[in-house]
Formats: sequence, structure tokens, C-alpha cells
Amino acid sequence: MKKFINNVDDILIESLSGFAAAHADIVSLNLEPHFLTRKQKAENKVAIISGGGSGHEPLHSGYIGYGMLDAACPGHVFTSPSPDQMLAAAEAVHAGKGVLFIVKNYAGDVMNFEMAAEMLPFENATVLTSDDVAVENSTYTTGRRGVAGTVIVEKVVGSLAETGADLAACKALGDKVNSRTASMGVALTSCTVPAAGRPTFDIGDTELEMGVGIHGEPGRRREAMRNADAIVADLVAAILEDLKPTPGSESEVLLLVNGFAATPLMELYLLYNSASKLLQAHGLVISRSLVGNYTTALDMAGASITVTLLDDEIRQHWDSPVHTAALRWQC
Amino acid sequence: MRTEFILEAIEAVNNALLNSEAELESLDREIGDGDHFINLKRGCAALLAMHDELAPLPPADALQRIGMKLLSTIGGASGPLFATFFTTLAKVEKAGNISSLTEIAAAFSASVEAIKQRGKAGAGEKTMLDTLIPVAETFGRLTAANAAPVEIFDAIQQAAEAGMLSTRDMIATKGRAAFLGERAIGHIDPGARSSQIIIHTIADLAKQQIG
Repeated sequence: MKKFINNVDDILIESLSGFAAAHADIVSLNLEPHFLTRKQKAENKVAIISGGGSGHEPLHSGYIGYGMLDAACPGHVFTSPSPDQMLAAAEAVHAGKGVLFIVKNYAGDVMNFEMAAEMLPFENATVLTSDDVAVENSTYTTGRRGVAGTVIVEKVVGSLAETGADLAACKALGDKVNSRTASMGVALTSCTVPAAGRPTFDIGDTELEMGVGIHGEPGRRREAMRNADAIVADLVAAILEDLKPTPGSESEVLLLVNGFAATPLMELYLLYNSASKLLQAHGLVISRSLVGNYTTALDMAGASITVTLLDDEIRQHWDSPVHTAALRWQC
Repeated sequence: MRTEFILEAIEAVNNALLNSEAELESLDREIGDGDHFINLKRGCAALLAMHDELAPLPPADALQRIGMKLLSTIGGASGPLFATFFTTLAKVEKAGNISSLTEIAAAFSASVEAIKQRGKAGAGEKTMLDTLIPVAETFGRLTAANAAPVEIFDAIQQAAEAGMLSTRDMIATKGRAAFLGERAIGHIDPGARSSQIIIHTIADLAKQQIG
């Protein structure tokens, strides 16, 4: 393992400290328990809180700020945060209109956020994100994983919350975006959890993992490496099979090509080129796009494609001003 | 139940888990995401550091603090599940001193039931419960039959091992391994193995104390 590390046990705190210092105009960091909030506490709105294992940066801390999250709770690498973090974060950002947790659908995250929700003295609700179509819901009761589509849910719900909308409305919009969003990823290499010191899975030089998760969990199948168009065709086919947009209709979509961290932007744009042609051939209009490393998997090489079926409400809240470390426009 | 025994058990379990580092990490790499051992190690270290704080406490309070500490240090899915186990034990202990083996078996069974509820999981899903459920059944059955203590702890160890080994042929429907589908077949669940190590170690300790 070759990584920039001082001491394996200090990775998280040192990284969080660097993040907080680099974006001191946007966020504040609290340690023991670990959580980050906006620099300026927002008033008179639903507090939007997310969190999850670390190693997916900029998810979630990079999305704290105006128009998105009020707070984020980082767990250890690939490990859910614990309820004491969520409780302390909620205490810090609650502004009298309740708390909405945005949680990626993994057993650990669900249980920890559930225990926090049970202990929380404020009105609260939870949006579970489950956009990964690599996992077939019917067979495995754990259900689909939340992956890069979570960023879109956080952006859109965060925007609605800024308008002063109530908790039920924020929860409803979050569930709607999640239901209209589908993702699938592919890995070319494994990632290495720093504390483990070696790759999470073995993969040959001429192999890819189709449907990989953002923790290096296996996907649908191991395959021989192919050209980019063929790989993207499989990802897009799985996504469209799930979203079932009406063929030939002028359906507007948001296309997110997300890197897992070790794939260059040059290749991510190549994937975008390939995916956008396929979606257009399917009669879809790509009216919003995002390309970059937005939901990463430590040092994995690979990428995921996410498509969200837009409507006026979702498009409006996607376009609205946002000022976070990782997403910033119109302000 | 005695706080002194709880503290001895923590130390013994910590040693046993540390001795199984390579094996647990390899099981978790095969069908998990490689963090199970690290999380357990962190939890054990936090409990060891609480020794002096726990030692003077009545067992119910010690168990409750252990549960809350595990909740905040282990994280992941294991944190809430282990925490639920200990806080349930604490609740039963608080309601009435757990002393006889029959009472311990009943408390253990209630705590395993609480894990099932928290994880929304049952037997046969390739998780820690495949170790814990047969242990609870065996414990309850043999204490009800007034079996000799050594015989009970031997049987518990056998039930834990058989339960852990049974996960090898299962498809996972809960936890990270669920995403593997049929690819998980042939691999022992790391959570079932760590729970079996814990049960085995505590049963050994109990047998030593019986004499």
C-alpha cells in the first residue's frame, strides 16, 4: 500500500481538519463526536443532515453549505457514523422546523440513523437513497444501495429546504428524486482501505467488475475488459431498464458521470460522450450534466453513470444557487 | 452476573479476536468490505480503556455503558447490533439480578431477540445470528433440562461452531455479503465467525471458573 499517511489511525481526523481549514469560509468542524456544519447556522428551515462512512469524498462533507446540507457526520473509512454524531449534529443545526436525514441504504447506516432518529428530541424524517440498479431488489432483502444519485437527492432537497418548505415536503421530494434516479458503476481496480493495507478485492489486469459498489463490493459479474462504448452500453441499458422512460418521448434527464477517484477526468468525459449518445438515441434529452469525482471509493479506478428523470420541480431545484466545497453555482 | 467476570471476558475476547486478525480480515475481504476486524478491534480497545470506570459499577450499569460505548466506537452495522445486545442484557439484569444459568440463558435469548429486531434479520441470512440463534436455543434447552454447567458450555461452543460453519453454504440476504448473491456461497460469514470466537472464549472462561 502506498498512500499519503502519517499514522493510519489519524487519517480521518487529519483529513477532516484539512477539509475544514481549506473551506473555513463554508464549514465548521466539531471533533468528538465528529460532525461538520455550515459556518453560519441557517434559520427557519428544515435541517438537512447526511452522513456515512468516509472514503467517498466529497460525499457528504463537500456538500455542506447554502442550498444543500446543514451538517454531515463522517464515519470511519467505509463505516457508518454512530448515533451520538447524528444527535450532536442535529442539536447544532436544528432550527425549529425538524430534521431530515438523507441516508444511503446500507444496513449499518440505516441502523445507526434509525437509532439516532429514535433518540432525537426533534421532529424528524429520513430519505433512504437506493439508486444502484446493480442490486436486484427482489432477490436480496437488504435492497438497493445508495450511490452517486445521493448527490442529486441532497442538492434538490437542500434547495427546497432553503425556501422554508416543511419537513413532509422535503421528505416527499427526496423520495421522488430517489425514485426517478438510477445508477450503475464499473470498477477497473480495487480500492485499498488504509487500515486494512491491501486491496479489498483481487481483479486481473484484463478484468472489470460490472455493477461494483462504492466500497468495492462486488457487483453483478466479473467480465473481461472491453472497449468503453461496450461497457457504457451495459450500464445505460441497466439504468434505462430500471427507469423505463417512454421510448421516443422528449423526456428530459440529468446525466451524471461520476468517477470513483482514480480514473482521470479525460476518461470520465469520454464515458460522458458515449453515454450521452446512447441516451439521445433512446429519445432522451440531456438537459443537465455533471462530470467529475462526486462520490468516490478511496483509490478505486472506475466510474458510475447516474440518470435522473427531470420534471419542472426537480430541474428548478437542481438549477438553484448552491455554495458548497464541491458544488457551487449561481452564488 | 458479576462485573468482574464481564471485565475478564472483555480482556479474553480482545485477545482472542486479536489472534484471529488475519483470518477475520481475509473472510471479510472475500465477501465484505474489509472493515469488520478493524471495527471490532476499536470497540475492544475502547472497552479495555474503560476498565477502571467499569470495575466499581453494578453489572447492569457496566453492561449499559459497554453498550453505549460500543455504539459510539464500532460504527457500521456491528455497532448498533452489539450495542443492542448489551443494553438489552443491562435491562434484564436491572429488572432482576441475573444469577442462575437459567436466568443467564433467558437474558441471552432476550438479547439475541433484540439483535434480530434491530437488524430485521433472522436465521439463515448468513449473519452473526446464525451463530447466536443456535447458541441461545442450546443454552435455553440445556439449562431447562438441568444439565451440568460444563456440559452446557461444551454444547454452546459446539452450537456456535456448527452455526458459524453453516453460513458457508448460505446465500446472504442481509449485510454487505447480500450484494454478492450466489457468489457468497462457499465463504463463511465474518460476523458469524467473530461472534463464534466471542462465544467460544466466554464459554472457556466460564468453564475455568466452574473449576
